[in-house]
Amino acid sequence: MKAWLPGLGMMAALALAACSPGGGGKATDPGELRIYNWSDYIDPALLTQFTKETGIKVTYDTFDSNEVLETKVLQGGTGYDIVVPSNHNIPRYITAGAIQPLDKTQLPGLDKLAPDVLAHMQPFDPGEKYSVPYMQGTVGIGYNVNAVAKRLPGVKVDSWAIVFDPKNLAKLKDCGVYFLDASEDMFAITLNDLGKDPNSTNLADYDEATDFLLKARPYVRKFHSSEYIDALANGDICVAIGYSGDVLQAKARAEEAKNGVDIAYVIPKEGSQVWFDVFTIPKDAPNPAAAHKFLAFMLRPEVIAQASNYTEYANANAAATPLVDEEIRDNPNAYPTPELSKRLFVTTTKDQDLLREVNRRWTKVLTGH
Amino acid sequence: MRRSRTGLAAVVPLLWLAVFFAFPFMLVAKLSLSDTALAIPPYAPRIDWSRGLEGVRTFLQGLDLETYARLGRDRLYLDAYLSSLRLAGVATGLLLLIGYPIAYGISRCPPKARQALVMAVILPFWTSFLIRIYAWIAILKPAGVLNAALGALGLPAVDILNTETAVLLGLVYAYLPFMVLPLYAVLDRQDESLIEAAQDLGATPLSAFWRVTFPLSLSGAAAGALLCFIPMAGEFVIPDLLGGSETLMLGRVIWTEFFANRDWPAASAVAIVLLATLVIPILLFERQQRKVLA
Repeated sequence: MKAWLPGLGMMAALALAACSPGGGGKATDPGELRIYNWSDYIDPALLTQFTKETGIKVTYDTFDSNEVLETKVLQGGTGYDIVVPSNHNIPRYITAGAIQPLDKTQLPGLDKLAPDVLAHMQPFDPGEKYSVPYMQGTVGIGYNVNAVAKRLPGVKVDSWAIVFDPKNLAKLKDCGVYFLDASEDMFAITLNDLGKDPNSTNLADYDEATDFLLKARPYVRKFHSSEYIDALANGDICVAIGYSGDVLQAKARAEEAKNGVDIAYVIPKEGSQVWFDVFTIPKDAPNPAAAHKFLAFMLRPEVIAQASNYTEYANANAAATPLVDEEIRDNPNAYPTPELSKRLFVTTTKDQDLLREVNRRWTKVLTGH
Repeated sequence: MRRSRTGLAAVVPLLWLAVFFAFPFMLVAKLSLSDTALAIPPYAPRIDWSRGLEGVRTFLQGLDLETYARLGRDRLYLDAYLSSLRLAGVATGLLLLIGYPIAYGISRCPPKARQALVMAVILPFWTSFLIRIYAWIAILKPAGVLNAALGALGLPAVDILNTETAVLLGLVYAYLPFMVLPLYAVLDRQDESLIEAAQDLGATPLSAFWRVTFPLSLSGAAAGALLCFIPMAGEFVIPDLLGGSETLMLGRVIWTEFFANRDWPAASAVAIVLLATLVIPILLFERQQRKVLA
């Protein structure tokens, strides 16, 4: 819901940009490109630059969950040329025939992608036929350093126990705890914390995780997948389970606002999920040619480096890493060190029945019913 | 000549009903009998028109009531219905309590002031509904306007954002005009001379209100109550933005089925059952309308 507002603002900005001189030749209309991406997930200046270079007008809409994205895409006829799902959803899109194979001849620069990221993507999109990786991130804890230190004096924030142990939560409740409203991500990190397989297909494991989460639930102010960015930055909340780049964005916004709020992000020592968001082209995309042009644009190291500087997420382009701001590329929370990578896991795809059972348990966590 | 015109007048609403209610309803009903599938669109079976009648027959054989059976097996759905109806009921009660004095007050003002006051009731509609609800987040959040005001007055802060209280507040705020306007319409039309007659016959102003004005305004109250209750029971935006995780409402359940589970049949079945539950108040509303219009 919140994602609409920046989306609208961005669309207005782009409409203006497209009208300004230099916005494209009149002789041949290169058409329009419609992108559906995560909220706060691109530097608007890059879209303006793309329009300037190609004359292609960009319409940019945003969502804040894989669920919303998949539902819209599987409805068909969305009119989008590029959508950006996460790794574990790709097999479902492929099975449903929702996305089209890429024409790699139109994508110079594919060779610059980091081999380890491509290796991670193999189980989901063998041979990268359908997707180009965009950014990668982790699930972790974002927190207000001073507020947490005041309530948990002497406690090092490096464990999931900070947000799962009722003893800690009781002390943090008054200043605000947010959890992601993302069933699959939340169960994966919980199962991992409980020492189970994060990709378990055993419902008993999920029952145990549900009971575990229900103990934390009374202390959670809200389950939401994007509100915590502003809430952390404004100092409205203390801790949030969130996505790495989002928390780092909250940190940057608080610094810009000079409101005295100091935000930090940590990947707990018990380990966490790493995910990859990938560019794909829907089967019924009205303008696949423009989509390929945009992907080629985003594959340019200087462009994707600028994207990372804005989103504070690591991109998948090995050639771009030296061009990324030092404070991001040297931050293990954005670019995990090899030692840290050992603690990270990738989630796999669930079949429909398991997904339904898992989501039913998530509803129980959310509502208590 | 006359007859053909009434005939035409009847066709338009019927056509409206067919296109915007009956047809979508049948689509949703059909969906609720289907099964989920990983395809575009994500359900099966679909009619294979190339096989003609045979295709339709295979399609019909593929429909079943399994989704409804699942709704019956899981307490969640019943709880969500009850909780939605309860919240909508409480909000309707509050709306009556707040809306009636407002409508009554407006109707007792001089005509010029009345126009301005009715305008004031409608005015909030000039801004987007979503923005108004967002404004409530800014007011209610812990470091928000409300707590700043309470703090300035030396009162303790309250934490009601993301609770049922906030949802009720949002519902009452958003639906108040729908309660005030029908009540005002009825109260405004009342003949002053009835009150004068009652007072001539020895009634005190209070008993004249209670025995004349109030009973005559019940049709407006019923219209307002139904106009608010029906959409509130299925409300999604207000509980989603102002409510907390424990606010269990049907709008949210439908959302979960549709988006999280990618289960269109289940979402449709929940919607159909909600409609069935609301058919009774809707029919009551229809009857009420006919009485008012007659």
